[in-house]
Amino acid sequence: MRVAFNLNGRRVEVDVEPGEILLDTLRLRLDVRSVKRGCERGECGACTVLLDGRPVVSCLLLTAQVEGREVTTVEGLREDELFGELVDEFNKSFAVQCGYCAPAMVLTSYAFVKRVVEGRSRPSTSEILKAVEGNLCRCGTYPRVLRAISRVLERRLPGEPRR
Amino acid sequence: MYYRLPKIEYFRPKTLEEAVGLLEKVEGSKVIAGGTDILVDAKTSRVRVKALVDIGSIAELRGIEDLGGAIRIGAATKLQELLESSAVSENLPLLRAAVESMASWQIRNMATVGGNLCNASPAADTAPPLLAYDAELVVVGPGGSRTVPITKFFTGYRATALGRAEILKEIIVRKAEWTGWNYIKLGRRDGFTLSIVAVAVLARVRNGTVEDVRIALNSVAPTPVRAYGAEEMLRGREVSRGALERAAREVMDEVSPIDDVRSTAWFRREMSYRLTLDALTKALGAE
Repeated sequence: MRVAFNLNGRRVEVDVEPGEILLDTLRLRLDVRSVKRGCERGECGACTVLLDGRPVVSCLLLTAQVEGREVTTVEGLREDELFGELVDEFNKSFAVQCGYCAPAMVLTSYAFVKRVVEGRSRPSTSEILKAVEGNLCRCGTYPRVLRAISRVLERRLPGEPRR
Repeated sequence: MYYRLPKIEYFRPKTLEEAVGLLEKVEGSKVIAGGTDILVDAKTSRVRVKALVDIGSIAELRGIEDLGGAIRIGAATKLQELLESSAVSENLPLLRAAVESMASWQIRNMATVGGNLCNASPAADTAPPLLAYDAELVVVGPGGSRTVPITKFFTGYRATALGRAEILKEIIVRKAEWTGWNYIKLGRRDGFTLSIVAVAVLARVRNGTVEDVRIALNSVAPTPVRAYGAEEMLRGREVSRGALERAAREVMDEVSPIDDVRSTAWFRREMSYRLTLDALTKALGAE
């Protein structure tokens, strides 16, 4: 079946099997390799993409279901200022070890940071950790991820009270 | 690729009527809403699927509405939408607490409240609060629409009162005055986990007397359950440590847990007592 959607701001049209998951369409047909294959059952978060700005796992999403919608991966955020700042802090905090979870971890973190910056409410530590709990990192970089996110928020929401 | 979905057909009806028609007509068809349960089941061949009828974009199945005397939740409403809804946090705090404990942000952005109920897992997290609220489920099928009380919806292990071509349309929760509530979920870890036992309690206490109380649990029986016996022991009684303990003990006799990967039957029964006692203590203000 023919499915058309927006991928990183660009309209794409693909011929897919009705039972094809978005993860396979992205990796095998569209060569988007930042989206990683992990557990394939929604538990590890390595295949996270943003669907209309919200993080979802692409292993439990049929490509047919994204008809007409906006799919974003890290490839589509290269020019985004907030994204660049976040990646910078991930680097400075050494928040990436083996790197397998990293694109998805950064993507979820970006969606979260964008949301709280726009809502101008400073999240608590547990709220930050809860936002990324769907991204498993077996290297255990969570404290560093927390640090990276916190640093961006400290800069972006200086006067805002912590919740 | 470790998993591969079987060859399936995919339909995306625009209306509920069309969806019911497809379910009736297409052999081996199943409903997909959020997909977080059915696609895992299809990948692992736990459920045989030949065709999927996607109800996720049917407008009348989406959204949360304050009807004045009740809250209406469309069955295909995402769990994350429930978390972000002021109608839910103001009127159904018990449901909100349960949804907050569920899965991850990614999964909550996909999974639907109706899917959680219709999947009918004994560990369904939206079930205990909705059982406690005595929610009504509006079901639509070839014969029209009917209302099923949620207390009659779960008919057995992963089985519901839904007929072959019936679809859960919406969940109606009547507003009532509750003076306290509490939800406790025990899992193997703090976040992103299924429950070993979860307990939901709603209470109305006046002048130290229990006017009404509802107790519901998951993961301790083939279906999520209400603990009617324990509720009955408390109704009309004065709030006291002894009364709460007797009621919590009664819950141990009402549940029928099993050993599985997450816990043992013995531990679940013990925790049914302990968590119910804790939840009652908080909800009834007996601290």
